[in-house]
Amino acid sequence: MTKNIKISINGIPIEVEQGTTILDAARQAGVIIPSLCYHKDLCIAGNCRVCVVEIAGQKRLAAACATPCEEEMEILTNSLNVLHSRKQIIELLLSEHNADCTSCFKNGSCELQKLASDYKILKQDFIRLVPFKNYTIDKFSPSIIKDDSKCIRCQRCVRTCAELQGINALTVAYKGDQMKITTFFEKPINDVVCSTCGQCINHCPTGALVERNYIEKVWDAIADKSKHVIVQTAPAVRVGLGEELGFGPGERVTGKMVTALKRLGFDAVMDTDFTADLTIMEEGTELLTRLKSVLVDHDPKVKLPMATSCSPGWIKYIEHLFPDFLDHLSTCKSPQQMFGALAKTYYAKARNLDPEKIISVSIMPCTAKKFEAARPEMHDSGYRDVDYVLTTRELAIMIKQAGLDFMKLDDSHFDRLMGESTGAAVIFGATGGVMEAALRTVYELVTGREIPFKNLNITPVRGMEGVKEASVKIENPLEEWTFLDGVELKCAVAHGLVNAHKIMELIRLGKADYHFVEIMACPGGCLGGGGQPIPTSPEIRKKRAEAIYAEDEGMPLRKSHQNPEIIKIYKDFLDHPLSEKSHHLLHTHYVARERF
Amino acid sequence: MNPVSELIKNLADQHGRNRHNLLPILQGVVEQEKYLSEFSMVEIARELDLPASEVYGTATFYSFLEYKKMGKYIIRICKTITCSMKGKNQILLAIEDMLKIHVGETTPDGNFSLLQTNCLGFCHKAPAMLVNSEVYTDLTPEKVREVLSSYLKKQKEEKV
Amino acid sequence: MTASYQLKRADFIFKNENDWEQVLQKSISRSPQDLINELISSELKGRGGAGFPTGLKWKLTAEVSDSVKYVICNADEGEPGTFKDREILSMVPYKVLTGMAVCAHVIGAKEGYIYLRGEYFFLLPELNKSIREFEYYCKEINLDFTIRIFMGSGAYICGEETALFESMEGKRGEPRNKPPYPSNYGYMGKPTVINNVETLAHTFTIFKYGAKRFYDLGVQYSRGSKLFSVSGDTPKPGIYELELGMSLADFVEEFGDGDTKAVQVGGASGFLVPRKRFNETAIGFQGKLVGISLPTGGSMMLFNSSRSMFNVLDNYLEFFREESCGQCTPCRVGCQQLLKGIKAVKRGEKNAKYLDKLLRLTETMKLTAKCGLGQSVANSFSSIVENFREEMIY
Ligand SMILES: Cc1cc2nc3c(=O)[nH]c(=O)nc-3n(C[C@H](O)[C@H](O)[C@H](O)COP(=O)(O)O)c2cc1C
Ligand code: SF4
Ligand code: SF4
Ligand code: SF4
Ligand code: SF4
Ligand code: FES
Ligand code: FES
Repeated sequence: MTKNIKISINGIPIEVEQGTTILDAARQAGVIIPSLCYHKDLCIAGNCRVCVVEIAGQKRLAAACATPCEEEMEILTNSLNVLHSRKQIIELLLSEHNADCTSCFKNGSCELQKLASDYKILKQDFIRLVPFKNYTIDKFSPSIIKDDSKCIRCQRCVRTCAELQGINALTVAYKGDQMKITTFFEKPINDVVCSTCGQCINHCPTGALVERNYIEKVWDAIADKSKHVIVQTAPAVRVGLGEELGFGPGERVTGKMVTALKRLGFDAVMDTDFTADLTIMEEGTELLTRLKSVLVDHDPKVKLPMATSCSPGWIKYIEHLFPDFLDHLSTCKSPQQMFGALAKTYYAKARNLDPEKIISVSIMPCTAKKFEAARPEMHDSGYRDVDYVLTTRELAIMIKQAGLDFMKLDDSHFDRLMGESTGAAVIFGATGGVMEAALRTVYELVTGREIPFKNLNITPVRGMEGVKEASVKIENPLEEWTFLDGVELKCAVAHGLVNAHKIMELIRLGKADYHFVEIMACPGGCLGGGGQPIPTSPEIRKKRAEAIYAEDEGMPLRKSHQNPEIIKIYKDFLDHPLSEKSHHLLHTHYVARERF
Repeated sequence: MNPVSELIKNLADQHGRNRHNLLPILQGVVEQEKYLSEFSMVEIARELDLPASEVYGTATFYSFLEYKKMGKYIIRICKTITCSMKGKNQILLAIEDMLKIHVGETTPDGNFSLLQTNCLGFCHKAPAMLVNSEVYTDLTPEKVREVLSSYLKKQKEEKV
Repeated sequence: MTASYQLKRADFIFKNENDWEQVLQKSISRSPQDLINELISSELKGRGGAGFPTGLKWKLTAEVSDSVKYVICNADEGEPGTFKDREILSMVPYKVLTGMAVCAHVIGAKEGYIYLRGEYFFLLPELNKSIREFEYYCKEINLDFTIRIFMGSGAYICGEETALFESMEGKRGEPRNKPPYPSNYGYMGKPTVINNVETLAHTFTIFKYGAKRFYDLGVQYSRGSKLFSVSGDTPKPGIYELELGMSLADFVEEFGDGDTKAVQVGGASGFLVPRKRFNETAIGFQGKLVGISLPTGGSMMLFNSSRSMFNVLDNYLEFFREESCGQCTPCRVGCQQLLKGIKAVKRGEKNAKYLDKLLRLTETMKLTAKCGLGQSVANSFSSIVENFREEMIY
């Protein structure tokens, strides 16, 4: 039972639920208390101290984020004491900080910069500590740049990696003035257990953790007349991009995005959704094949549950932490890499282009996709399959650089051949989406009937719960699939690697009786990806998910196997799912990695 | 089995494999090995099912949990106020002179490392120092030379 | 100075009492409420840090209902200039153990820990022996209570109670947010009483002789005796048990070398009292005197006129810069700024007015730092800079 208590904030009385922190209470009262180490997704740290407030009768100031309201508390958020102290704390942070804003990737979107600007820190008397520090910049990863000189030690990244991802690639090390955020034995982040998911980037208030950006490279490619530059866009980008360009969270901007990409000068604007549909065909067939091997042939080499493989952060995670369980992964490449491999083969052939002249760019909600594209395995077209991966945020930057008034752009359609998609592909962007899409197709493949859920909406796998379970009973299958008659197909869905860990532990202990599991590295799935607009919060993720499902419902086709371009590619090029050509271009293998 | 892995396994058997057993295990390894190598930290992480980075982050917080190779005898001289007032610098010079190393260094034969530390709780008998866990107080340059000589002698005898 | 502010020696702590078995047995036959009342009426305040009333601390923890609770003896003794806890543990360990067991009885705990600083590793064999002996006796009288030693590893901040819990839980010793307080949420998230070694030793005296014996010592608000660790420029460094409330002038008279320029009361996180204020300063927790200096851990460091107060401050700040856990901004960056700042003023790189900016900074640290370490850097800094400003500049 929750009790309400009466407090006052700057003299204004309000009532809040017991247990509410001063920070939240103030927000309810319309007072914004500045904060840095606080993040809605994370546990409370209370270490930056910029949120300090005065409480009547107390000698010291209290950290608003970490202090629960108490009955009759009188709180002052702007007393002279508070203002002086807060300003001095910001000054202190800046004295330890390499504040070269004009050459910083976070310029204009940095929380520290905003505070400095709000509090007008015009004169910095404190001694600059930066020259005395041995700050390093780690640029070895294809996904992440970690610049210690920009770090304010708020530990948001550390908490993110531990609480959301359960990985702890980042840690706090040393103490006192030496205290810093680093990895095991200060190794480059590329050499440690990091999944490259980018959640830490998404949660970092400053420029200390940013994506490695390829904006210039892409501009160069576009300008190079000898190159044919194509671009693909992931499902979650269309429900996030608007946030960077003037819209509120959850706005669907698919048509404007396509127009913008065309205006930027890409030669063809296509859709990762096409290969998402293709993934369903391949992965669905792989699942059925595995079920047969296990249930009929009792082949001990074939492992169940089969786990999805479209989230490269998840892939790197399992390679590091559960290397003995790689056989559980579907061999399907992610939609991005399927697209890449087809672009320089199928598309090149159809358009009569020299694949060497094709530059393949992808727009992803994800930083792990940058790592994935750089994997040595991903050269099945004979070239690097995907040349550059940009995050949603990088695309927004390009759109701003090009001076496009995004909100006023008209809608346009993806280019043909690899631009058609179904609602099943769009929902890849939300947790549970791959599972839902796969079930829609697999059930129909096996039974010849539509999956018995109202409007095809498989609601048990939707929503933001960390681990979701669902099962579908197969009855009266088509002749070919009689071995599945009466089988209850058991599925589980996890998002955020800390939840993936739960499922992997079950598998490790032999307690997972699932047939198929979907795992996405990021909370909420790709819509909450590390490359998505900042901030991302529980409410924002919810809005983006709503947008995704609305997009699905608005599509004329909502089952992957109905996509005419999919039918065409099998007819013209791949023959059938799991064909030899598919195996060569669309499937891959995994490697075991170190666990530190 | 690698002797360090075995040591770690034994320590874990003795203390337990929960997070709250981490410090005693780290201390046990340091007692034997004088420091925590990359290898030992990975082994500890594996044994306790902890992220290796957490082991590293925790170990580096504590100044007695060395993570760089150390000598057999670690000399820690107190540099806090009373010892400083009572001639800590002369003691330091005497040691540096005798062992031919500076603070932070280890003798080439791997026998001695020289470090400074904070108040040892012997200010009434300042200056004070630790050699491994042995305390020496009321130090003078002569006395410290004697102490080190006895260690050198012990070292030679062990060799024979 | 009136008579009550005179220096008076006492001899309770180190008095050899070989009847701890009886004291323990007698105490645990009393009701928790009764024991709490005894402690409260003694007005014993914590001897390790902030001087929190011990009876109240036990009472608050006793009132929380939980099947698992802990008693922890804080033997981290890291405050520069403090060395009395080591002496207690090596001379009269059974007093501390008895105090812990009685506390366990009062609050309903079955496990006790002694957090012993790594520097005192050499105490282990003897202390373990005492504990085995003690536990053996507990078994005999059917008292379900065990005591284990947890070793620190060289981190001053782990003396701060919540950092100590974190450390015992196998983590970095970073202080937690308060509230919640240890009485509700301590070691392993369980209700915990954490007391200093000396505090526990005093409870032995109180349970043996009754609250009045203790209460009769000292002055109002500062009852009882206290161990003082005396060091620095003194002909007789060592550990002394004195009644609280003595005037600093008396103390210097007794322990000074005739040329005492200032006394640092309470270690690096305490205050520096200059000669001109010896007369008006008494050593106690609270009172009507003009100057009152908290004894905290009871460190008394004397400086004679040959000492540079700049060097003293420099040494303290070096200590804090290193020993801060580093998590919160005001303390981590503040300590670096203070240290670099006084050096810059000394070298003439910053003008004397910069000292005022630094004083303002210590004010911010006091107001906003997350724990007692960052909050108390201001104590030594401002008391030294304000009293010896010239020495900082020239
Ligand atoms: C930085 C810091 C260091 C401390 N170190 C010690 C210590 O070494 N020993 C101790 O008993 N208390 C220490 N304390 C105080 C403890 O937090 C706590 O208040 C004390 O152990 C409570 O016991 P008491 O009530 O018996 O004094 C320290 C506090 C701070 C802020
Ligand atoms: S991190 Fe923020 S404050 Fe720092 S340089 Fe970049 S934009 Fe400026
Ligand atoms: S990218 Fe992901 S896994 Fe890597 S450090 Fe950041 S949060 Fe952790
Ligand atoms: S890297 Fe970013 S999130 Fe991590 S501590 Fe530094 S500023 Fe905070
Ligand atoms: S005040 Fe200092 S020691 Fe305390 S939490 Fe902050 S940084 Fe750590
Ligand atoms: S936001 Fe409250 S301390 Fe950082
Ligand atoms: S100052 Fe050296 S032992 Fe205390």
